[in-house]
Amino acid sequence: MTDHLQQTPEVKERFAQIYEREAILEVQHLGKRYVTAKGETEALRDINFRVHRRELVCVIGPSGCGKSTLIRILAGLESLSSGAVLVDGKPVSGPGRDRGMVFQGYSLFPWLTVKGNVMFGPEMSGHPHNIADGMARQWLELVGLTKFADAYPHELSGGMRQRVAIARALVNEPRILLMDEPFGALDAQTRAKMQSHLLDIWKNLDITILFITHDLDEAIYLADRILVLKAHPGEVQELIEVPVPRPRTPGQSMTAEFRATRAHLESLIHPPEVEAGTPEEAAVLGQSHMIRFTNVTDNVE
Amino acid sequence: MIARKLGSFLLPLLVWSLVSYLPFIWHPKVQVEAPGGVDYFLPGMLVDREEFAQQSADMRQQGLALPTGVPANPIYLPAPHQVAKALYTAFTTEPEQKDAPWLHESLWQSIQIILWGFLLSSAIGVPLGIVCGTYQSVGRLSEPFIEFFRYLPAPAFGALAVAVLGIYDGPKIAIIVIGTFFQQVLIIANTTRKLEATLIEAARTLGTRGVRLITRVVLPGILPDLYRDQRILLGWAWTYLIVAELIGTSSGITFFITQQARYQHFENVYAAMLIIGVIGFGSDLLLGRLGHFLFPWDRTRDRT
Repeated sequence: MTDHLQQTPEVKERFAQIYEREAILEVQHLGKRYVTAKGETEALRDINFRVHRRELVCVIGPSGCGKSTLIRILAGLESLSSGAVLVDGKPVSGPGRDRGMVFQGYSLFPWLTVKGNVMFGPEMSGHPHNIADGMARQWLELVGLTKFADAYPHELSGGMRQRVAIARALVNEPRILLMDEPFGALDAQTRAKMQSHLLDIWKNLDITILFITHDLDEAIYLADRILVLKAHPGEVQELIEVPVPRPRTPGQSMTAEFRATRAHLESLIHPPEVEAGTPEEAAVLGQSHMIRFTNVTDNVE
Repeated sequence: MIARKLGSFLLPLLVWSLVSYLPFIWHPKVQVEAPGGVDYFLPGMLVDREEFAQQSADMRQQGLALPTGVPANPIYLPAPHQVAKALYTAFTTEPEQKDAPWLHESLWQSIQIILWGFLLSSAIGVPLGIVCGTYQSVGRLSEPFIEFFRYLPAPAFGALAVAVLGIYDGPKIAIIVIGTFFQQVLIIANTTRKLEATLIEAARTLGTRGVRLITRVVLPGILPDLYRDQRILLGWAWTYLIVAELIGTSSGITFFITQQARYQHFENVYAAMLIIGVIGFGSDLLLGRLGHFLFPWDRTRDRT
């Protein structure tokens, strides 16, 4: 059995190159506490990592580990309680054009056409209409939606909407693209297409990507490194270098490196001893009698 | 679509026609044709059915001529054709009293009161509602008072409005404003709060801030719902009209209705009420159509 730490010389060489590049995003001792009616809860504790230029980092973790909170803090949509977030060495305070964001729910502006949505960013930064129009066309071409420039978002499929959202974020030419489970709502086939589409875009642009997902295969397929968080409070459990060589293809999911990495992630996220969760949960799950709504003789198995 | 909407009017009309034209349904009165021997009966007079039977029995006993008559409904329930005729004559023949306004003049007067009241209310209520819905602090500061104020019945301000604004159109418009404004702020604040939060967040990550968040994101985001709210609120304003027009010098369609009722011209009363309904329903239908045209992206369209 191959270990996920074993890397071919090419992969090792690639990581060495990545670490030579400057750090675009640096997270130092980041902590986040909420005050709720039930008292104070600690969502994130002492998160440290750095993302290098043109790197693609995925963040995974069990539900409740604060991955969404983390990315929202990076985007500037939420405040941090302690520590610092540096983009290009400058501390983050509030949302900015240097960080583009793609949301899980698309969140396209329904009153604007596809082109209008992409033009929104340039118009906000004061570009005149015709310039913004030209920029929008160029980015729509990149995501292959030129034909749908004048359609409204509700007329598009989920995958197309997410491509508009990506174009809308990229048109601002951010340093880093933050993606919060962007393909979570898509069906399996569309998701696979969007993944390779994203890799194409990433290859051709000077863009650094931080990608949140709960899908282990997606993380391994896309990422250079995977940041694994654990829950209550959200802490960095491990930062894994993915040993699967690039260029990535869907066929690689059967390779030894891929399977070893997957097995390792699996063991981190679903450790066998806490499978049953809290004692009450265990009691419920352990109950052997199940209510049957069917005739016993109709056993489908 | 229009046909289907008109279809729902057929059943009430049918019931009204049956009650009016079939003498064996209801008809608690008898319209006297010939008084016979009864000294106080007059031709055309309406008397109770029991009374008529009693008098007929008395006459038979005394050997006098029997009264004749046909079953009739009370004066306050005219038949459809009478109302239709009243509707027609109201627009074609001069009013009975000189210097009394024509029906269409009364109506125009009423429509002006409504529109001014609604415009004034909206001019302040819509922006305030949007601000209350967008900024929690403003909402928390102003909404409890508005919530309190909306329970004060608008007509109760009648006397006060006359004292402050005189006896003509001023106090009437004020009543419409008071009746509409407070509901308007709360409804629109609520609509604004229902805007998807991620739309505002997306706009912020794209570099939008300050006032432009309201003008470029919140306002277009809620526009179809805002438009629907305004349609409902306009209907609301109509319900305050009758009260408003009784304040100070009675005017408009209310003056017409009360005047006609006083002379027991109930077919005219029904005609006027019908017109209010037609104007309200018609304008809403029209505004609904306009909404489809204005907001092609709106997914929660009215089913038509």
